[in-house]
Amino acid sequence: MTTLVKPNKKPRWQKVGIGSYFVLVMFTVLSIFPFYWMFIVASNASDAVSKIPPTLIPGDRFFTVISNVYEAAPTFNQSLLNTVYVGTVVAVAQVFFSAIAGFAFAKLNFKGQRYLVLFVIGTMMLPSQLGIIPLFILVGKIGLLNQLGALIVPALVTAFGVFWMRQIIDAQIPNELLEAASIDGAGVFRVYWSIVLPIIAQSSFVLGLFSFLATWNDYLWPLLVLRDPDNLTAQVAVNQLKSHYAIDYSLNMGGAFLSTVPLLILFVLVGRRLVRGVMDGAVKG
Amino acid sequence: MTQPAVSAKRKAPSPWKQPKPLKKQNNPNAVLSLNGKWGYLFIAPFFVMFLIFGLAPIIYSVYIAFFNWDPLGTQDFIGLENFQILMEDPDFWLAMSNTFEIWLLSTIPMLLMSIGLATVLHRQFLKGSTFWRTILLVPNITSVLAVAIVFGQLFGRDFGMINVVIGAFGFPHVDFIEESFPSHIAIATMIIWRWTGYNALIFLAAMLAIPGELYESASLDGASKFKQFFYVTLPGLRNTITFVLVVGTIGGLQVFAEPLTLGSSFSGGDAGQFKTLTLYLYDRAFIGSQWGYAAAIGIMITVVVIIVSIINFFLTKRISSDTK
Repeated sequence: MTTLVKPNKKPRWQKVGIGSYFVLVMFTVLSIFPFYWMFIVASNASDAVSKIPPTLIPGDRFFTVISNVYEAAPTFNQSLLNTVYVGTVVAVAQVFFSAIAGFAFAKLNFKGQRYLVLFVIGTMMLPSQLGIIPLFILVGKIGLLNQLGALIVPALVTAFGVFWMRQIIDAQIPNELLEAASIDGAGVFRVYWSIVLPIIAQSSFVLGLFSFLATWNDYLWPLLVLRDPDNLTAQVAVNQLKSHYAIDYSLNMGGAFLSTVPLLILFVLVGRRLVRGVMDGAVKG
Repeated sequence: MTQPAVSAKRKAPSPWKQPKPLKKQNNPNAVLSLNGKWGYLFIAPFFVMFLIFGLAPIIYSVYIAFFNWDPLGTQDFIGLENFQILMEDPDFWLAMSNTFEIWLLSTIPMLLMSIGLATVLHRQFLKGSTFWRTILLVPNITSVLAVAIVFGQLFGRDFGMINVVIGAFGFPHVDFIEESFPSHIAIATMIIWRWTGYNALIFLAAMLAIPGELYESASLDGASKFKQFFYVTLPGLRNTITFVLVVGTIGGLQVFAEPLTLGSSFSGGDAGQFKTLTLYLYDRAFIGSQWGYAAAIGIMITVVVIIVSIINFFLTKRISSDTK
């Protein structure tokens, strides 16, 4: 028998050829190049990239360009801080509201539960632009126009967050665990707080990250509701560079670079968790 | 004489075999020892916020679609007139065809490339798999605005990198900003760049969920890598493909950030090459101050999204049941 089994020989399908690595390297280069290019243009004079062939190496004008950005948009740092603030508040709120509602939908038995879940899923299909005009009116009526609150309040809850947390809690928390705790006398809130929350901490973090990124990158809604230069977000500030100096590529890219670097740093720190989150949330089958 | 005995047997089943449920169960997966009433309190904050800032605006939007609604002027009820005008509005139909063209140009290559990429990442003895997976997500975290600024430069007519390469091969430069079809390619490229890696991870997760025994028995049966892909991997991905298509369609038919930034205006470019449905909505709402008309556009977008999602859903169901 042993002569038939050759443990050292991998089946054909398990071998990884050089072609696979070539494909991956190619995609890596394509993924990274725009960021590199952003830096190239932001660190060279405009005429260095406006020639054939354009330069591919960083120049020495990076700090000049950055100071030009701050000259054209003196409140750029404030805009970055605003974005961090809005993103953090939205992320924390979304996780809080989604986790507790997701828990109720996944593990509690109450009348109408099934229809309410269907309702949440159904609303996820609706285009987000559908209600934008009334939302604009509403935000104006409650006095939030031109304030960061206009970005925060409508974004505190999302149907997607609730749905996602429900899936996560359903998949990660065995019913026996909660039954045991409740038979030992723990109330519903106690069970949620001391058992459910610690288990879903990782996934909550991922949901929070996604909310933060979405808020950071949102661009049209802030453009509509924010005007005051002290109250911009990073995207709106970058956009203003664009509209005032439509042809100054260095300046535009400098602004884009400044608004992207914080995300890249964040990504280096937590990118692997994001990957896990994307894959955990995938529909399989 | 045998009759009563049979009926007695029927009437008295073992009480142990069919226990009556203690409560009516609304949620089959629920933990019944927890008091379900708390559920209402737990979902209340979400529902209150969602009704005010999510659902109410949508309902109100349907309402104002029946009005000639000028935010600073009059609001007159005009019934279905907005929709009638919309049906004969060449800009609306241009936006519709632009949107679908961009959607087709981006969805199909993105789907093929992400499945291909996932297949490579799925190799069991791939070195550095965490690194590759992580790097593929980088495009997805960047803002559309920053991406559009970079791609707008790369696609530039005279000195853009892409045209420099095209020129190096001896072809004439292509105007990716002003010409209709090339500008759609530019937008589709940005969408593909952003979403291919992300969707590859989704497909990879689905591939990893396919039982390894299926591959082992297939390779023992002598199936080539190629055949394994078509007879094991693809059938295992059918729900995921449907999901990616439906989500991609909902997003793709609402595309506006890329054309807005590439064209630098709400008007959709000189030849209307950047005019997409959602961009047209914003243009009418916030440049043209025709809120009723814009709301009608919003409703049409919703109708289109729902129709295409349903078609997608049944088409992928049909195709996957054929290959099964």
